Amino acid sequence: MKIEAVARKSLFRSDAMQRLLAFGALIILFVGFSIASPYFLTFDNVIGILLATAVNGILALGVTFVIISGGIDLSVGTVLTVSAVMTGVFITNNHWPIWLGMLGGILTGGLAGFVNGVVIAKMKIPPFIATLGMLNVTKGLALVISGLKPIYFNDTPIFRSLAMDSIIGQVIPKLDIPNAVLVLFMAAIIANLILSKTVFGRYNFAIGSNEEATRLSGVNVDAWKIGVYTLCGLFAGLAGVVIAARLNSAQPALGAGYELDAIAATVIGGTSLSGGEGSIVGTVIGAFIISTLTNGLRILSVPQELQLVVTGCIVVLAVYADILRRRRK
Amino acid sequence: MSEPLVLMEGIVKSFSGVHALNQCRFELQPGEIHALVGENGAGKSTMMKILSGVYSKDAGKIYFKGKEVEIPNPRAAQHLGISIIHQELNLMNHLTIAQNIFIGREPRTAKIILNDDEINRKTAELFKSMHLALDPRTKVADLTVAKQQMVEIAKSLSFNSEVLIMDEPTAALTESEIDELFNIIRQLRAKGVGIVHISHRLEELKQISDRVTVMRDGQYIDTVKTSETSIDKIISMMVGRTIYETSPELPENPSQEVVLEVKNLQQGSLLKDISFSLKKGEILGFAGLMGAGRTEVARAIFGADPYDAGEFYVKGKRVQIHSPQQAVQHGIGYLSEDRKRCGLTVGMDVKDNIVLASLKKFLNAIGWVNMAQTTLTAQKYAQSLNIKTPSLDQKVKFLSGGNQQKVVIGKWLVADTEILIFDEPTRGIDVGAKSEIYKLLNDLTRQGKSIIMISSELPEVLRMSHRVVVMCEGRITGILNAGDATQESIMKLATQRGGIISTNLIPEAGRA
Repeated sequence: MKIEAVARKSLFRSDAMQRLLAFGALIILFVGFSIASPYFLTFDNVIGILLATAVNGILALGVTFVIISGGIDLSVGTVLTVSAVMTGVFITNNHWPIWLGMLGGILTGGLAGFVNGVVIAKMKIPPFIATLGMLNVTKGLALVISGLKPIYFNDTPIFRSLAMDSIIGQVIPKLDIPNAVLVLFMAAIIANLILSKTVFGRYNFAIGSNEEATRLSGVNVDAWKIGVYTLCGLFAGLAGVVIAARLNSAQPALGAGYELDAIAATVIGGTSLSGGEGSIVGTVIGAFIISTLTNGLRILSVPQELQLVVTGCIVVLAVYADILRRRRK
Repeated sequence: MSEPLVLMEGIVKSFSGVHALNQCRFELQPGEIHALVGENGAGKSTMMKILSGVYSKDAGKIYFKGKEVEIPNPRAAQHLGISIIHQELNLMNHLTIAQNIFIGREPRTAKIILNDDEINRKTAELFKSMHLALDPRTKVADLTVAKQQMVEIAKSLSFNSEVLIMDEPTAALTESEIDELFNIIRQLRAKGVGIVHISHRLEELKQISDRVTVMRDGQYIDTVKTSETSIDKIISMMVGRTIYETSPELPENPSQEVVLEVKNLQQGSLLKDISFSLKKGEILGFAGLMGAGRTEVARAIFGADPYDAGEFYVKGKRVQIHSPQQAVQHGIGYLSEDRKRCGLTVGMDVKDNIVLASLKKFLNAIGWVNMAQTTLTAQKYAQSLNIKTPSLDQKVKFLSGGNQQKVVIGKWLVADTEILIFDEPTRGIDVGAKSEIYKLLNDLTRQGKSIIMISSELPEVLRMSHRVVVMCEGRITGILNAGDATQESIMKLATQRGGIISTNLIPEAGRA
């Protein structure tokens, strides 16, 4: 019988605090890198950071839902790959209209997520294992389907321009932010609405907070869990389409490892790995922290190997901060 | 009397062949607070879980407002207007109060869009009718346990419940919080709600209940009016007199040498000022109701849980114990009530389990485990403890409960422990094996080991202990010598709140 004493409310312990900390960290990174290098705070470089954030950010949106529900999804990186490859198959090989090919790519991700959800909710396989399996399955499928070769979108130049042109630049001259970045922000707004305004979001928090109590309240927990993983898959599919458009090709070997960056962005943004807590805003900030860090270190000519060491440490520190905050509760 | 709201008759329920309830009866009037009392395992919770659809009954009838009903699941109970608040609260801590109350039945726009304003408004109305000052937008995690309980009550009221069952609602509450809770309960009674109050705290009954039903060993004993019955009468109904006719088996008097002394042990709100001593060759029984803090004492002494303050002396010398490793070094072993989870590695064989805690002794010069020697040692203990196993290579999970317990005992003997803490040593063990364990405990004390025995079975405590420490709500409410301990005296102390030791009992002479 565990009885918690009066839990006092304090800003430091709230999850808003973690978001605030993350935002502060992002500002500090920006200021620090700007001072350290004259090349950091240039328009082109900032656009580069935004663009680099787009794919990881979209992936992290889906992961945020899954982690809030108390689960984990290790397969988003390779689901992205297989979605990109399928987009290539649809558009380049099958000559589908571009919009349909893109939709097909997104739905491919959704299907993978749905399978994850069924395996987790119905077969009661722990999310770690289920999605680890899916990681390998999709990694293999991407290679098999593509025949180990990249699929290019050279017949459909408009596909690339969908991601790399700038609608904003047309409205506000000189502000040429690529559409891919716009997609991230649109997706984040939609994700935020789903999470905060719909039944889906509410049950997502409820399941992550106390799955058994949610079940006893008459909520069909299994169905909602399948929904959560499907949504995560859809976001991975969207990220796959975006990366394919950006690179003008579907690269069958690209994507493995992306899941870790997505999870890192989510956790840095204050989403609790034990479930029940988290926010989209935090995740977007987290994604920006990672890409800013990578970008800044590169500009300072830190070797890529060391960049990995730094980002790795940052993730562990972020989780440790989360644990410290929780322990004080 | 008017027609009862609920009438349960001839209720029978057994779990894997063992009668948990036999021909039990319960009756609840509208606008009544009806207390249900009994020792641990008397069947109170089982009875109410049947009424609320958590368990299904094997036989018997349930009438709701005079009509016979079947309650196959919690949903059906809710539909009838029967709500239960379990001891462990079922809330989602990260959600707000209103979100918790309306989970699963939120008002929605276009099927998916939530309307939090509406549930906040409805919750505020609900709280107003309960005269409760709480903001519906507060997160449940930020509430005290008492307030969380209010939220559960509000939730069940929002279903328009006519029957409200509360399983030990006051177990985790402070005095003023209890008053707050009782005020709410009385308001509900005034509105005609029938309330079942399961409680271990007998003095509470006088304060809140109209009638009391006593259960014992799965049997219905009696229903009495609270105002016409004394607490002592209720206690004697609870413990009965003729349950176990085993004569106490008191081994020879232990020496006066104190092997372990605990002074002023303090752990948050769970343990308050725990001081006692254990003598060489003694079995010191720890009695109390569930949640009294006995296991917490054991775990603190064993270094398994952190504590706020307290001093430990082993054989007169002050020692620091902050981890199980340190406890073992000082010769203390802990045999958990949950053998499978904390005491054994069930997937490993008998031999490995016996030597597990003292593997260091069996290492040779280069750090390899000396297999021949472990086997020899395991053999010796398996024999002396009379562990019934086809071979030493048998996986422990295939042994009976009694034999598993012996393996744990063997493990601590190999580790040279002088002080053994047994937490519910006979839980889940059949009667035959029980007496064997008892014999073993006596043998151990004869060999000079000292034993702390936590047990929820009063007959066991009375039969085995030289002295009995009684706890209630994290305090020691009395230490009785074997000669003075009776079921009644222990029960009285175990239900005594506030830690006042009554004068007619002999407290342990001022040792602390």
